[in-house]
Amino acid sequence: MAQIKGVDVSVGYEKRIVAGNINFEINEGDYLYILGENGSGKSTLMKCILGLEKVVGGSIVYGDNLKQKEIGYLPQQTLIQRDFPATVQEIVMSGCLNRVGWHPFFGKKEKELALESMRKLEITDLAKRSYPELSGGQQQRVLLARALCATRKALLLDEPVTGLDPFAQEQLYALIYKINKEEKTTIIMVSHDIEAAKKYATHILHIGKEKCVFCTKHEFIKENGGCLF
Amino acid sequence: MSVLTTLMEYLAIPMVRNALVVGTLIALCASLLGTTIVLKRLSFIGDGLSHVAFGALCIAMVMSLNNQMLLVLPVTILVAVILMGSNEKRKIKGDAAIAMLSVGALAFGYLLLNLFPGKNSGNVSGDVCSTLFGSTSILTLSIFDVILCVALSAVVVAFFVFFYHRIFSVTFDESFALATGIRCNLYKLLLSIIIAVVIVLSMQLVGSLLISALVVFPVLSAERIFRSFLSVVIASGVIGVFCAVFGIILSILISTPVGATVVCVNIIVFALCVIIGKFFIKR
Repeated sequence: MAQIKGVDVSVGYEKRIVAGNINFEINEGDYLYILGENGSGKSTLMKCILGLEKVVGGSIVYGDNLKQKEIGYLPQQTLIQRDFPATVQEIVMSGCLNRVGWHPFFGKKEKELALESMRKLEITDLAKRSYPELSGGQQQRVLLARALCATRKALLLDEPVTGLDPFAQEQLYALIYKINKEEKTTIIMVSHDIEAAKKYATHILHIGKEKCVFCTKHEFIKENGGCLF
Repeated sequence: MSVLTTLMEYLAIPMVRNALVVGTLIALCASLLGTTIVLKRLSFIGDGLSHVAFGALCIAMVMSLNNQMLLVLPVTILVAVILMGSNEKRKIKGDAAIAMLSVGALAFGYLLLNLFPGKNSGNVSGDVCSTLFGSTSILTLSIFDVILCVALSAVVVAFFVFFYHRIFSVTFDESFALATGIRCNLYKLLLSIIIAVVIVLSMQLVGSLLISALVVFPVLSAERIFRSFLSVVIASGVIGVFCAVFGIILSILISTPVGATVVCVNIIVFALCVIIGKFFIKR
């Protein structure tokens, strides 16, 4: 059974359907790109997968030992975070919160997990630094480390490279690819970067105005020469 | 020397000691919660709530209730829960709704007081002034007030310690917390109840117009100097308590209104922190 399966999903606001007839299937270790124009409904679909919003029609089914709450999430930066007084370590640790149950504080296990996540994203030396002082690329790596603390099974990233310089973009893409390959972590990336999709994805879900297409990357390149549908 | 002896004389009076205890506790609670309120950009909710509390207090005065807290507290908690909850959906514009509510409560309360002056006092403008600016009410606390205040403060501090990491998570990034299975709505509900409690408590110290100062200033001061969440929380508590103690003592010595003095001390400390942060802290 697939980890996440969408059957005839339609998404929208207050019963107005923005995108419909979305079918997809994600298995462990897949790297899925959700592509689409601004306003196509891809962000809403993402929120539905995370359980932050409800689908208007159809259903999203979770299987293969994956629960909805086990999908790590890399949200877009909010205004609040830009000058939030917190150290890198504090933020990464907060990703461990869903592991402690009703216990009020973190234990040794969570601290080690946070250290390991920081090592994976090469931010160990930043641990004591304050979040607002970091560069955009470093901030994204901090948030990614936090997401890795919350789960190892699947990560959902919402346009993670927006606003980064080309070098930082490449670095972040490479780190995400490494996590995908080494940990068999499923990656779902919401983006409009088609070139990156052609390079890294295993599957592509295109949310278009007329129709939504789900296919493997090879089908995508073969049938359309890598252009959008 | 003479200042010290006058101070000792005053401290020998139980009422003054009560005022100091209550003032310190209120300032501690307000500045702790202030971290979440300020960092989550909710300062205006605190302000709106204090006006609602004023409205409720006027109703309680008109009804000549013996214990006004019993009406003011539930009403403020209810409004706090509604305001914090509705923040998500934004059906009515959030900030405008709060402005409407707070001004409405203020006007309604004042109107009521004028229409039905309480039995206890014929002096309407005196009553209004003391509920708005705190004035001397902190020096006339009953034992019940003091015990209630100590108990509620203990609850607030305990809540903050035990839910510290959850408060951080909800403050820093609500959608991440929600997506990874943290019960944000529960914590937000608890937070809004506690915020309401703290605001009603602080009304005794500084009056409803000046409450925001107790909530906002210590955090902003701490933020100028400190860079981690934990240190900001601790520093904010320390600054809040220091300003309250210093302000209360100062107001007794030079006989100025308690609330206004405490707020002015807060402003001076904030200015000092800005200077220290600008010139002595390396970024």
